[in-house]
Amino acid sequence: MRQHLRRETLVNAGLAVLLLAAPAIAAMAGEPFYVTLATRMAILALAAVGLNFVLGLGGLVSFGHAAFFGIGGYAAGILATHAFNQEPFPFGLSGTNQMLVIWLAALIASGIVALLIGLVSLRTSGVYFIMITLAFAQMIYYFAISWPAYGGEDGLSIYVRNAFPGVNTLDPLSFFLICYVLLMIVLAFFATLRNSRFGAALQAARQNPVRLASVGVEPFRIRLVAFVISGMITGLAGALFADLNRFVSPSMLSWHMSGELIVLIILGGTGRLFGPVAGAILYILFEYFLGGITERWQLFLGLILLAVVLFARGGLIGLLAGKVRHD
Amino acid sequence: MKKIIAAGLVGLAMGVSGTAMAEPIKIGMITTLSGGGAGLGVDVRDAFELAIEKSGNSEIEVITEDDARKPELAVQIADKMIQSDEVDLMTGIIWSNLAMAVVPSATAQDVIYLSPNAGPSALAGANCNENYFNVAYQNDNFHEAMGNFANKDYKKVFILAPNYPAGKDSLTGFKRFYKGELAGEVYTKLGQTDYAAEIAQIRASGADAVFFFLPGGMGIAFTKQYAQSGVDLPLMGPAFSFSQDVLPAMGDAALGIKNSASWSHDLDNEANKAFVEAFKAEYGRLPSVYAAQAWDTANLILAAAEKASVKDKEAFRAALKQADFASVRGKFSFNTNNHPIQDLYVREVVKEGDVLTNKIVEKTFTDHEDAYAAECKM
Amino acid sequence: MSTALIIEQTLNGLQFGVMLFLMAAGLTLIFGVMGLINLAHGSLYMVGAFACAVAAAATGSFWIGLAASLAAAAAAGALIEVTVIRKLYERDHLDQVLATFALILVFSEGTRWIFGSFPLYLNIPQLLGGVVTLPGGLPYPAYRLAIILVGLAVAVGLYLLISKTRLGMRIRAGESDREMIGALGVDIRTLYTVVFALGAALAGLAGALVGPLQSVQVGMGEPVLILAFVVIVIGGIGSIKGAFIGAILVGVIDTLGRFLLPLALGVFLDPSQAAGVGAALASMLIYVFMALVLAFRPTGLFAAGD
Repeated sequence: MRQHLRRETLVNAGLAVLLLAAPAIAAMAGEPFYVTLATRMAILALAAVGLNFVLGLGGLVSFGHAAFFGIGGYAAGILATHAFNQEPFPFGLSGTNQMLVIWLAALIASGIVALLIGLVSLRTSGVYFIMITLAFAQMIYYFAISWPAYGGEDGLSIYVRNAFPGVNTLDPLSFFLICYVLLMIVLAFFATLRNSRFGAALQAARQNPVRLASVGVEPFRIRLVAFVISGMITGLAGALFADLNRFVSPSMLSWHMSGELIVLIILGGTGRLFGPVAGAILYILFEYFLGGITERWQLFLGLILLAVVLFARGGLIGLLAGKVRHD
Repeated sequence: MKKIIAAGLVGLAMGVSGTAMAEPIKIGMITTLSGGGAGLGVDVRDAFELAIEKSGNSEIEVITEDDARKPELAVQIADKMIQSDEVDLMTGIIWSNLAMAVVPSATAQDVIYLSPNAGPSALAGANCNENYFNVAYQNDNFHEAMGNFANKDYKKVFILAPNYPAGKDSLTGFKRFYKGELAGEVYTKLGQTDYAAEIAQIRASGADAVFFFLPGGMGIAFTKQYAQSGVDLPLMGPAFSFSQDVLPAMGDAALGIKNSASWSHDLDNEANKAFVEAFKAEYGRLPSVYAAQAWDTANLILAAAEKASVKDKEAFRAALKQADFASVRGKFSFNTNNHPIQDLYVREVVKEGDVLTNKIVEKTFTDHEDAYAAECKM
Repeated sequence: MSTALIIEQTLNGLQFGVMLFLMAAGLTLIFGVMGLINLAHGSLYMVGAFACAVAAAATGSFWIGLAASLAAAAAAGALIEVTVIRKLYERDHLDQVLATFALILVFSEGTRWIFGSFPLYLNIPQLLGGVVTLPGGLPYPAYRLAIILVGLAVAVGLYLLISKTRLGMRIRAGESDREMIGALGVDIRTLYTVVFALGAALAGLAGALVGPLQSVQVGMGEPVLILAFVVIVIGGIGSIKGAFIGAILVGVIDTLGRFLLPLALGVFLDPSQAAGVGAALASMLIYVFMALVLAFRPTGLFAAGD
């Protein structure tokens, strides 16, 4: 057991270094596109780490995390558009192109929505929870498509990437580093929380809610807090994703996006700290290389996913670091 | 169709220079080849490649990639084409929302983008760009043409479109030229497949004709259900719902429907005859309006390459702007905002033998310009 | 606004609901008996529509197409049950979601590979081509009326199958106690394959019936899949009765919402704006309804075992 854990730590460190080194080398070699690809990996990993809070620790399969991803993205898009056009919001608030402010807005907005969705959804469990989170995300998706103020289905362009104090965000490597550092901070937060009393309670809520309730802890509140934190992190990733693409659209809210986030976690290894990171790296590589070879790449992606579920349940990290007890 | 182009693979260097008179041009094509609406992208790719092939210009390399109709993926591919492949020109995008995702940042990086289909109003007016050329249409154009045509025979038209920006632009475009009364104005859910409720409203509205814009599967569903409903008011719409790619799926339900476009396969000019023949011979099907636009886009590039080097952006833009090529649409020129000035036609769905296709009824606009050109400061 | 229009719209809602029921019944049956959540149910719907279109084009008869759709969807269902789904019964919902999500990708791209990217043609049978005049002088498409009748017949048939036949008894036993039917000497693997194929055939039937109304194309199953999920969540997962009532409710609410909301808003707003805002609200309506139902009854209206 202990040996497995050590091996997993090694694998994690390896992944962290790989994700940092590859774009650095690409940037030096004058291949900025690979930096962009790595940035994409880091951001999707961040979004999936958010989902991993409820899915990996709490055992709650949310099929609607695209909602938070999209809301974070729209927070960035809307604030930047108002700043660009110099149109103030009501109550004298103005738009901004400062990433720090945008992140805060994305965290708050997705947190509030997560709270509302969580209040209803967490009353249910199992398949009901999967379906109701999916339905809420669809509701927000249709709202975004038909609401004309911010582009509807055409989406919103961010003409200039937002700014971060002291960093030139237009430089691909600098922007990558911002995303990478955020990812590492959130992973550290995840690890700390997992080993805290809160984390223990969340995992206990999955395994034995009755016992948890008998010691005076209410599973519902624990789960709700986890769901809100989870939504906020995914929302933050959404804001970064908007800045990466310089574009936001309702497709960030679609149910395919929710599915992809789940796929990332399982590809990497469910319940693993670095599962989402490994999953994001793999997924983007699949998408990029298969897409380059054949336009039927989704077929092969499907077959690979099937193989992972049926035969390689631990995902990539399970393969590299051995199995852990499914606790 | 079976021709899979494994483009984008490194190592396919076009090293052989030979007797190159023209210099190498690298074109990045992002289009929809998988997922919903892939038929349109397939037509664009096929026509574009065929035009390049027929020209005999072997110095042009086309890198084609599939966006699966996802804006994020389109942006990723665009980044790759610009940063890694270092393409000179880009083209291929079918959908307005994908164009909005890719075009502003591509043109900002001084890459010339030529649109073979989408023409969102946001890029035609104040945000026009010298690096953005629209070879197809401004999104409102086909709808405007239908509005103009409707004035002749109808006084009370019921209008219908999906509830998204292109849908609203459509009805706005129609109303810009239509002078009569509206029997009703309805927005449907994007991707909706059952129109019984809307058809019931049409029946009850007392309209004398129906104008609708429902691209792709939505239009097929509406047209079939309308034909079965027993409501026999005349239908009209932009060509998107009655293009060659969807007509076979509609069957006889589409017969007699009037639709507006900048092109039809029976348009009488030499370039068009050659195009239709070549396309049919190569792919065994009739070309759609998307194919025609892509063919024109390729020929525009070829013509400009004769006059200027693609490395000299200033000169190449000027050469493109002259639009000195034989368009399958007959007349074609660029307005101040790099959008087309062209004639627009009303067509009717007819049956030629066993094949459903369109036949020109009349020309409804001559040298039509879009409504946003005045806002463009270029 | 006339009463006739309201009646017509209610019929439209009913027809939509009945169609959703065909989808939802299979989903909820599979969940009830095997505890499996099947995202690929929409792909089976697509298989049915494609099979019907291809067979009808080849033979010129819609009815042969209809039979082909049932056979093809049931066969496709049995095939994926034996190769993939069977391994998922003991897994958690997460694995089931992912594996069936992967199946969607395989089905969609596979179908596109075989049939190309362009939609296929399928028309209604001549027999049902016209318009029927309902009592009160209301004209209504015969084909839609036929769908309502088929849907109701399937509902009755399913009820009889489950409550009166031997297979139904086993299905009920499987729903309440999985170990017990094994002990009863029923071959549980065959039973599961049969139930899955039955659910798939219902989805294929829905696809074939809807094919002539809509366009037969890749991806057609996804919007209806999500609606079918909404239906079974409202009705209570695992309950056929719940699926039926949920489907009718969703069908009627959605149809009437699309029709009435813009009219209601037209009182305050100008027509163009009312049309846009009304349509936006209408597209969210059934999700709001679902949230309301679950807020008061977290396991749906008729939870299995009630």
